[in-house]
Amino acid sequence: MHIAEGFLPPAHAVGWTVAAAPFVLHGARAVVREVRERPESTLLLGAAGAFTFVLSAIKLPSVTGSSSHPTGTGPGAILFRPPVMALLGTVVLLFQALLLAHGGLTTLGANAVAFAVVGPWVGYGAYRLVRGLGAGLLPAVFAGVALADLATYVTTSLQLALAFPDASTGFAGAVAKFLGVFAITQVPLALAEGLLGVLLFRALTANARPELERLGVLRREPAVPAGGAA
Amino acid sequence: MTRRSLVTALLVLAVVALVAVPLVAASGDFGGTDGAATEAIEAEGYTPWFDSVFSPSGEVESGLFALQAALGAGVLGYVLGRLHGRRQAARTPAATAAPDDGPR
Repeated sequence: MHIAEGFLPPAHAVGWTVAAAPFVLHGARAVVREVRERPESTLLLGAAGAFTFVLSAIKLPSVTGSSSHPTGTGPGAILFRPPVMALLGTVVLLFQALLLAHGGLTTLGANAVAFAVVGPWVGYGAYRLVRGLGAGLLPAVFAGVALADLATYVTTSLQLALAFPDASTGFAGAVAKFLGVFAITQVPLALAEGLLGVLLFRALTANARPELERLGVLRREPAVPAGGAA
Repeated sequence: MTRRSLVTALLVLAVVALVAVPLVAASGDFGGTDGAATEAIEAEGYTPWFDSVFSPSGEVESGLFALQAALGAGVLGYVLGRLHGRRQAARTPAATAAPDDGPR
């Protein structure tokens, strides 16, 4: 999902940067507020950031014979709401743009919109929807984490199609072309990431129940001995 | 083996399978999708107008990617380990009878 350095025309680069900036600033304030008002959640905030740091570094093979990396932005969005991930995700992208020549500064805005804004919001929305339908925590986490991943790659495809419409088939043709590069490859990886999210939340429900209750992810229950998650 | 650890093992197995099966079954050179997209764009005659401020060589780059993963995995392991240790401590109140900083 990293649009490489210099690979968006200047007008698009500026436009996406302007679009991303308010989300990232709002995210920075959300992180500061979270740490100030609930210092006990700093540990989980670290875990959410670490999850996206690991997963976005690892490229995995997929069914299409090409490889791609997960995003890891879902769990943080579910735990702390999406604005927090707008900052954490952009920090990851900045690290990769500056040190790894992966992504870039001119494309940071576009990549942040896909990775740190749209992905987390879609994941959070899917999580809320599945929970709202009456499902338990873990199925909702699976849906949220997997769709945060997939939505990021769909967004990147749309961004590239907008910048490089096909000469004969236009925007729609370009969308199909870039989705062909990104989306199908990403499906099994998104499923794998969803399962990793389930593993993470199983560990958290067993070991961090008080924090999850305070964050509103789990309902407060009268002291039940450990376990009992869906 | 408890039911809980069986489920954990199956989940891990499913993750490994989702990655390993394509590696064996699919054909291709498993090049990155990001690279495939830039190639498609360059094929239409576009030349990037800005270069990365710092481009590590392939060897250094893989090390930096490993560093990124290691930092993330280290922090994640630290947090999960601490939370697990806290629960263990809360389960054996006799050992920490006197001043306990946990609310439970």
